Amino acid sequence: MIEALGIWVAAGLTLAIMSFLYGDNPIYKFAEHLYVGYSAGYWLIYTWHFTIKLMVIQPIAEKQPGAIFLVIPLFFGVLMLTRWFPRIAWISRWSIAFTVGIGAGLTLTGAIHGYIIPQVKATILPLWTGNGFSSFNNLVIVIGVLTTLIYFFFSRPHTGVLGKTSKVGILFIMIAFGASFGYTVMARISLLIGRLDFLWSSILKLVHFF
Amino acid sequence: MNGENISFWEKLGKIDRRWIFLIIGLVVFIPIAFGLRMTVHVSPAVKSAYDTINRLPEGSVVMISIDYDAASMPELQPMLKAILRHCFDKNLKVILINFWPLGLPIGNQGLEEVAKEYGKVYGVDYMNLGYRPGDIAVMLRMGTEIRSVFYGDIKGTPLDSLPMMKNIHNYDDIAVVVGLEAGSMGDYWVQYVNARFKQDLILGVTAVMAAGVYPYLQAGQIKGLIGGLKGAAEYEKLVNHPAFGHIGMASQSWAHVAIILFIILGNIGYFMERRRKRGL
Amino acid sequence: MLKKQIPLAITFITGVIIVITFFIPHPPFGRLQQDALTWYSVIFGFTMLLGVDSLVRFHYRKLRRREKGWWFSIIFYGGFLLSFITGVVSEVRFGDAFNINSSFMYFYNTILIPLQSTMFALLAFFIASASYRAFRARNIDATFLLVTAVIVMLGRVPVGYMLWHKLPNLTSWILNVLQLGPMRGIMIGIALGTVAMSLRLILGIERTYLS
Repeated sequence: MIEALGIWVAAGLTLAIMSFLYGDNPIYKFAEHLYVGYSAGYWLIYTWHFTIKLMVIQPIAEKQPGAIFLVIPLFFGVLMLTRWFPRIAWISRWSIAFTVGIGAGLTLTGAIHGYIIPQVKATILPLWTGNGFSSFNNLVIVIGVLTTLIYFFFSRPHTGVLGKTSKVGILFIMIAFGASFGYTVMARISLLIGRLDFLWSSILKLVHFF
Repeated sequence: MNGENISFWEKLGKIDRRWIFLIIGLVVFIPIAFGLRMTVHVSPAVKSAYDTINRLPEGSVVMISIDYDAASMPELQPMLKAILRHCFDKNLKVILINFWPLGLPIGNQGLEEVAKEYGKVYGVDYMNLGYRPGDIAVMLRMGTEIRSVFYGDIKGTPLDSLPMMKNIHNYDDIAVVVGLEAGSMGDYWVQYVNARFKQDLILGVTAVMAAGVYPYLQAGQIKGLIGGLKGAAEYEKLVNHPAFGHIGMASQSWAHVAIILFIILGNIGYFMERRRKRGL
Repeated sequence: MLKKQIPLAITFITGVIIVITFFIPHPPFGRLQQDALTWYSVIFGFTMLLGVDSLVRFHYRKLRRREKGWWFSIIFYGGFLLSFITGVVSEVRFGDAFNINSSFMYFYNTILIPLQSTMFALLAFFIASASYRAFRARNIDATFLLVTAVIVMLGRVPVGYMLWHKLPNLTSWILNVLQLGPMRGIMIGIALGTVAMSLRLILGIERTYLS
């Protein structure tokens, strides 16, 4: 019975959201606000369970070595909440500065070590491999990378050789965007398939129930 | 006569979009309702992902990262289930981890559902680490010791009390990490975990992101790529267990054909209108 | 000093620590990095609460002032309380709100999953409508984009193989070779921009996060 009720509610909410396709209406707005409200409550429970309980309280309770020092980041985390009070909101800057500093440091090292260097290395390809097709492919990749980077170089006007190269670059970029668009269409349709499959199987389940 | 034709093209260009919605809805729904299926052909990128896991000896550990939520579930949940079936078929140990808070229950449900099919035991054959905030920080700390960030599993049970976790401490003890991605976590796995710890990675991504992940594949930073619902269908074929991926392929195909026809129709109307204006 | 200089100093010191410990992973720097990352994880967890607070305050203001559509804010609070109360009850009853048998998970499956996934499923309709109305081969660039999109859309689904058995191979070539170069070029550009921004933040040139 509970399961049948759940199916009715889930299917009903699915149709409520889909009613937006006909036009904005109160049923859609009801479902939208329910979603936002439910998500907000979910975040609270999530934060309690995974951040406070499992990351701080449990290690301290189990007397893990060094766990007691976790009260310091816990304190800074609570300081972040001073943003709610305009007169002392500036205190939250300390916590935010800590996360921004760590984040910036990680991004700096990660972007260079994890992306730029390996990707540049992978672009240094032999232009003659002994096989015509793979040589051509390597050439296309190298030209694609170089002309794209040249297109995004705006410190000089795109005239002369630079202009012609950047025109080739924009064609390559259009090919990349076309591939992305094709894949994006695929993704969106897949999401719709998921929902319509759910509706159809819900109808079948409810027919089976009754 | 000429005036009537042109007027027809103009009208066609201004058709109420709700008719388009209806056509798309029907094109997607009818194959599902009638159970139509199509043959799926496997691409090299997915085969590479499959072979990476297939080569692992029995007892190897596979970590699967659930980095998606309900919005991307139709594409990535079938991938999760297909990969889990593959792992359990080969008696590999599975560790689930999560970096998207809204997706944690979805991943957990998928894991428990497939584990039950294979009669696998929690703590012995598979386990779920759950979620900890910090994304990159969590990934980096696991490189030293998993217990430094996950003292317990998703329920809080200490990792040391789980039999399968006895000899698993960091990435050195994990054969492959499979990231199921709907956002930027896949980039973090590559840029931090693969770059620093040389961890073998497979990425299963939504189709929106798939085009942008090929550079990682070509650079050897990932061992395989599973893109979108089609990728999931390909993996299902490889593990001999057609499921939702296969169900969606007929709808996917005909929806793509419909959209291409819309694009062609729209362009014909555009060129006819342009010709008419130039003629004036 | 407290409001500006100290936060800037914190950003600088933490950023530099992370960069140094990347190059020197040995003790004591390795230990320093681990502790910094642990603290980051705990503090980061609290940022979620800020977002929740904004939403709650926004709807409270709307209710109090009886602004247009204020009754929907009641629905917001209804959903919020449903989630919060079932979460607390499940946490107390099972010790874990995410237990598969809890009421919290029941409502998660009944309410959150259908709502969230349907919201995004609507995009399929809008992309079809946009393709019909706006996707025009106005010039050579747009034509390249359109032709590539059509090839990828057909080549990545079974119907493409039915139309021409070599179409999936052509699609594979486009994805692995032709579009790989520009995609890599774009991402390298983004990575360079990210590096520049990170340096600006660490050095205190970029201060918008302090507002």
